[in-house]
Amino acid sequence: MAKFVKTGKRTIKALNTSSLPDIVFMILFFFMAVTTMRETDVMVTVRIPDATEGKVLEKKSLASFIYIGEPLETFQVMYGTEPKIQLNDTFKEIDDIQDFIAQEREQLNEADKTKMLVVLKIDRDTRMGVVTDVKQALRRASALKIMYANTNVERIVLQ
Amino acid sequence: MADIAFLLLIFFLAATTMDSDTGLMRQLPAIPDPNVPQDINKINDRNILEVKVNKDNLLLVEGQLTEFSQLREIAHDFILNANDEPNMPEKEIINIPYFGDVPVTKAVISLQNDIGTKYGVYIAVQNELIAARTELRDELSRREFGVPYERLDEDRKGSIDDYIKVPISEAEPKRIGE
Repeated sequence: MAKFVKTGKRTIKALNTSSLPDIVFMILFFFMAVTTMRETDVMVTVRIPDATEGKVLEKKSLASFIYIGEPLETFQVMYGTEPKIQLNDTFKEIDDIQDFIAQEREQLNEADKTKMLVVLKIDRDTRMGVVTDVKQALRRASALKIMYANTNVERIVLQ
Repeated sequence: MADIAFLLLIFFLAATTMDSDTGLMRQLPAIPDPNVPQDINKINDRNILEVKVNKDNLLLVEGQLTEFSQLREIAHDFILNANDEPNMPEKEIINIPYFGDVPVTKAVISLQNDIGTKYGVYIAVQNELIAARTELRDELSRREFGVPYERLDEDRKGSIDDYIKVPISEAEPKRIGE
C-alpha cells in the first residue's frame, strides 16, 4: 500500500519578482513613445464637430491652438456662459489674437515660420459670428494656414 | 527598482495625452492690399456654386432650399459637368503633366454663412464639399493610375490637384442688419 507521508510543512513559495522592473520599464517606454505632453489646461467646454474628411495633424510643434467655447462651470461665475476665446492658459479677446500669433511665431525656427498652423478647437454649438471674427483676426495677423479640429466619424449625424 | 519605474510610469500617465488631432485643413485668403487695384474680371456666374447656411442652419444651394444629404451629389455633378451643359462650369484646355492637354473645370464653390449659423453645421457642410472634391480626385486617380489618390506620390497628386482644383472659398463676411 502506498503511504501518504507528509514531509515537512507545505509552504507557498514567494513569487519571483526579479523581472518586474523589466516589465514596468517596458510599459513605461511604450507610454513615453506613444503619448505627447499635455500643454494647456482647457478651460472651456469643447465638443469638436464630426467630419469624415479630417486629416491627422502631422507636426504638433508647428501648431498653435485656439479654443472657443462655453467656459467651464467653475469659471462661469467670473466669465459668464457666452462662448469665450482661450489662448494658452487665459481667456482673451479678439484683439489679443494678433499678439498671440506674433508671440507663437517668435518661438518657431526661421525655416518653420511660413509653415505655422493654427488649430481651431471650437465647440460645435458656437455661433459663427465669433468664429468669423477670429478668422478675420487671423487673416490680419497673416496666419493663413488653419485647421478646423474635428473628430473623424463614418457618417455625420446633424442634430 | 520596480518602485522607481512605477513612479515614472504613473507620472507619464498623468502628464501626457494619447489623442492625435485631426481636422480639416484650410487656407485663408490674404487681406487684399488697398493700394493694389482689385482684379476686376469677376468669375463667370455659371462657374460658381453658391452654398449658403442661414441662421436657422438650413442649407441653400443656388438659392434653393436643399437637404443636407443631397449636397455631396450636387457638388459632385456640378464639378464634373459630364454633359457640358451651358449653365454648368466652363472647361479650359490646359496642359498638365501625366495627362497632356485636358479640359480643366473652372468651377469654384463659394460658402457663405450667417452670424447665427451653428459651427457644427458649417463644418458639416464644408466637409461635404471637400468630400465631393476628394471623391472626384479619387475617381480620376483610379481611372488614370489604377490606385487610390491617397497612395499616389507627391508629383502625381499635384497633377490631379491641378486637374480638379475647385477652390472652396469662404466668402468675405457680410454684416447684414448692423
